[in-house]
Amino acid sequence: MLRKLAIAIAILAGIFAGIFWILTIPKIVSRSELGPHTADLENGRILFHAGGCASCHAIPKQEDKSRLGGGLALPSAFGTFYAPNISPDPTDGIGAWTEAQFVTALKEGTSPSGEHLYPAFPYTSYRQVAVDDLRDLFAYLKTLPAVAGRTPDHQLPFPLGFRRGLGIWKLLFLDGGKFRPDPQKSPAFERGAYLVNGAGHCAECHSPRNVLGAVIAGLRFTGGPNPAGRGWVPNITQQELKDWSEPDIANLLETGETPEGDRVGSSMAEVVRSTTQLPAQDRAAIAAYVKSLPPVEGLKPPRKHEHHEH
Amino acid sequence: MIPTTAVIVAMAFGVAAVTAQSDPIAARQALMKTNGKQAKLGSDMIRGKVPFALDNAKAIFLSFIDAANKMPNLFPENSKTGGDTSAAPEIWANMDDFKARFAKLAADSKAALETVKDRESFTAAYRNVNRTCDGCHEHYRVKKS
Repeated sequence: MLRKLAIAIAILAGIFAGIFWILTIPKIVSRSELGPHTADLENGRILFHAGGCASCHAIPKQEDKSRLGGGLALPSAFGTFYAPNISPDPTDGIGAWTEAQFVTALKEGTSPSGEHLYPAFPYTSYRQVAVDDLRDLFAYLKTLPAVAGRTPDHQLPFPLGFRRGLGIWKLLFLDGGKFRPDPQKSPAFERGAYLVNGAGHCAECHSPRNVLGAVIAGLRFTGGPNPAGRGWVPNITQQELKDWSEPDIANLLETGETPEGDRVGSSMAEVVRSTTQLPAQDRAAIAAYVKSLPPVEGLKPPRKHEHHEH
Repeated sequence: MIPTTAVIVAMAFGVAAVTAQSDPIAARQALMKTNGKQAKLGSDMIRGKVPFALDNAKAIFLSFIDAANKMPNLFPENSKTGGDTSAAPEIWANMDDFKARFAKLAADSKAALETVKDRESFTAAYRNVNRTCDGCHEHYRVKKS
């Protein structure tokens, strides 16, 4: 009797393991799916700054933001992630990656060795970027200096070091992710929506997350606790920004100043170092889209300043 | 415009002087609030929302210099928390760096004061000082709302 039970349990466990294995197979984009393309380096540069790649991947506390040796620690509720080296170094960076491997990492969150990447790397947003734009970005990254040096391994408690389980996370939280233009809107507005939701990945910080670390869809752009664990990220819907004009938002992205005379701080200061290098019409497009976000009340910060700061 | 600005600046300095001893958090917040008002004026002049005025432009840098001179003494050990402060604990762990950044703010603002002549020179000088402001706002302030 006991033996039969043990066999039944073993068979069931095997079935579940098989199902788990199948459900969590990392997806890849193959070279044959890419087709011909001539790289546009200027477009790649714009994508690079729209994505703020340097914010996480430039060597911390270094003036030269083109040296993408990585190493920035990203503390989170799940452990500490270290932004990897994405310089063109062939051993420590992405110099040996193929274009298809790069597109796979950004679209599917799968590494060249076929493992799931942690969504601390926001492929949840990057997957919305057009393939041709990603290919231009890859070509642009290859023009930056190669930097040797491997970054530390992520510090994650058991069982989070087991990457295969991320396949389940992706099943739950990774949507189709293809950016769908709305023909009702102007091209400038569409451009803003594309930059904000794709490369710009604004919602990754400006939204609260659930217990599994995924953005809470209904509270997108309403801000919330800083994912890095300290302070509060502001609500950028019209709930908080109703007194801001589109030029006010574009000006913040260019200069770092708010209409009240404050300056952006913490990680947003680094973001502005990227957005300031975008073409003015792209900042205006982002502003047009952000200004259109309907007011949504977000989570309440633990304490409010007496005077209202943004 | 000039008298209004002068009154606001003077009032804020007065408040800062009274509270600096007893309440350094309130004092430094008052200084930063004054800086914010001045910075808004600077931004509005650059963006053409208000006309450029040389005296106002200079008052902005004078406000920054005043704050840069007073701020380093407003972070005693007993003012790490309380009063809804946005000050990051890193300030006390890196006090020399923190103070050096105020020295740089004062020096950059003095240099800006020398060069400002018109809207164009103001824009360049002001943006240069902005980068110094960010040196602390990026690393030593925790946003809470």
